Amino acid sequence: MVHALDLISAGVAASTSGSGFEAPSINEFYPQAVLFAGTPYEMNRIMLIRILVTVLLLVVFSLWAGKFKKSAAEGKLVPGRFQLMGEISLDFVRKSIAHDQLGKVDGDRFLPLLTTIFFTTLGMNITGIIPSLNIAGTSLIGLPIVMAVAAYVTFIFAGVKKHGAGFFKASLFPAGVPAAFYILVTPIEFLSTFILRPVTLALRLTMNMIAGHLLLVLCFGATQFFLFQASGGFKAFGAGTFLFGFIFTLFEILVAFLQAYVFTLLTTVYIQLALADEH
Amino acid sequence: MDVTNIAAGVSGSLGVIGYGLAAVGPGVGVGLVVSKTIESIARQPELAARLQVTMWLGIAFTEALALIGLATPFIFGA
Repeated sequence: MVHALDLISAGVAASTSGSGFEAPSINEFYPQAVLFAGTPYEMNRIMLIRILVTVLLLVVFSLWAGKFKKSAAEGKLVPGRFQLMGEISLDFVRKSIAHDQLGKVDGDRFLPLLTTIFFTTLGMNITGIIPSLNIAGTSLIGLPIVMAVAAYVTFIFAGVKKHGAGFFKASLFPAGVPAAFYILVTPIEFLSTFILRPVTLALRLTMNMIAGHLLLVLCFGATQFFLFQASGGFKAFGAGTFLFGFIFTLFEILVAFLQAYVFTLLTTVYIQLALADEH
Repeated sequence: MDVTNIAAGVSGSLGVIGYGLAAVGPGVGVGLVVSKTIESIARQPELAARLQVTMWLGIAFTEALALIGLATPFIFGA
């Protein structure tokens, strides 16, 4: 696990300047420290982006909450533009994720967690394509781990609260399997339910963001190289790589939404599986 | 020139080859998931919304393998 920790901890940013094509590397994700260099509270660009997104989310959500409260108190039935945006966003998580998968009662019980996960992931993902921020807050594995742990604790908590020890029995010894096969089934179930679930939740998000960022850097790095450093006919390639960069930017918007949706949906499904009655 | 000589002449990152191999299975898998969903929606268009949710789940599970393949060179590699 030492190597995995290397991925999390800040490395050294390699900044080589000069001519020639610079291929993107993993060092993209370990920019130079901005504040408190050398201490455990070292701040770099990605940390600043995360703080910015958090502040923005807090501001937007408190404005929405104020608007909702005000129009409820006034008995206003027609929402304004800003309020409508909030209602549509919040209703998306509430109706088409929570209520669809968990039902009304359980859906509302776990709604705060699901809403938080969805909007945090979305906000942190979308910075990957915002000009001058250009890197996703979720592209270092720390934040996805925090959210995966939250999801992990929640679905185990939900299962234990509903079924007691029966939750572990139901998930490790699935019903309808001949007793002799439990030697084979139980380790697999343990691995997939209690280890692979949180690991894949965190890895899926991080690796999507890393791969997306590297693709964009590759496209625009190549554009810069072809346009300003290559000679003659090679300059024409720059237009092609720029077009690809533009298309991948659009694709990254889709991925940012999709990964937020998938992370929330999987959390919901895990909770639903934990709550399901034994057959 | 036998196989070992050819293999010795190949240079570059093993991680890249590993990722290429890791992407084959999930590629086929995601294709299957989507094609079956399209088939099902063609059969029962009124279930499209539910089928799409299940499709995204299936894609997410399948895609995780390719992404683990992308992660392993960083974790276990040099």
